[in-house]
Amino acid sequence: MAIHWFKYAAPASFYGLAGRMIPWFTGAAVVTTLVGLYIGMVLAPTDFQQGDSYRIIYIHVPAAWMGMFTYLVMAGWAAAGVVFNTRLSGMMVQALAPTGALFTFVALWTGAFWGRPTWGTYWVWDARLTSTLILFFLYIGYMALRASIDDPRRADRAGAVLTLVGVVNIPIIYFSVQWWNTLHQGASVRPGSSSMATVMLTGMLVMAFAAWMYTIAISLARVRSIIIEREQHSAWVGELLVAEGHGRPSGTSEALPGSNEQGAR
Amino acid sequence: MNWSSFSDFLAMGGYAFFVWMSYGVTALLVVAEVAWVVKQRRRSLARAQVQRSIREWSST
Repeated sequence: MAIHWFKYAAPASFYGLAGRMIPWFTGAAVVTTLVGLYIGMVLAPTDFQQGDSYRIIYIHVPAAWMGMFTYLVMAGWAAAGVVFNTRLSGMMVQALAPTGALFTFVALWTGAFWGRPTWGTYWVWDARLTSTLILFFLYIGYMALRASIDDPRRADRAGAVLTLVGVVNIPIIYFSVQWWNTLHQGASVRPGSSSMATVMLTGMLVMAFAAWMYTIAISLARVRSIIIEREQHSAWVGELLVAEGHGRPSGTSEALPGSNEQGAR
Repeated sequence: MNWSSFSDFLAMGGYAFFVWMSYGVTALLVVAEVAWVVKQRRRSLARAQVQRSIREWSST
């Protein structure tokens, strides 16, 4: 028993840590979402140029930031996995990808529904939009690559290489509005100077914080399932099932009903 | 408070379709992701339980 705990130290201890952190991040996500929506959708005034279509900003910008930042975090874990060969790194990359893909899709989707009333089109092959679409494909590509490799450790390494190569796209997205003439506007928020009214900016930053809290909560919840799946052959998971009340205590092994004949021996 | 009535709020100054398509689909995706993660947790625990049963059964 002790030797198994030692052997699986990282994922096993992280599993418990993640479990303790999830309620806090979930609570923070719910509260900040409600506060952010109240500021943005109820308190904030109508924009004098764009009317109320501008209110899409409270999802669009936080989602776009989160889509990019999640990729950087994934790349950080991927690099750690390549350098230190730790199993938890690959699991974290795996846990973050769907949420990063979700936020990138939301950024594209809300951008389309913002572009239509303000630019007159849902989509244009502009540098910012195209590079963000590539980011979405990188997430999808990572998940497809993982799904095509049976051995999780090999999938970790292949996924890490793909993630690290793709990170070159992040500065391209970020600087696209400066490097090329784009239909997409430049940055409204820069450290020290922002071209937005205080109440609008506050609503947007609160929503951005909410997106952070949500991403942390959901990826910790997801990594716990991934840890269980990938470590299900280890003894600590068996002990954990008992400790958390999901399984029968050892000894009462009428186990697997009907497995006596065509068993797994 | 920016709105004079709830229907005023829903109308979004004439941009209701664009605003609510953005918010609606985002909300839908977030709910779907949470449901997926809950389901994934149940499934992983169930599979681990089967593994544990097999281990116990084959060690007896």
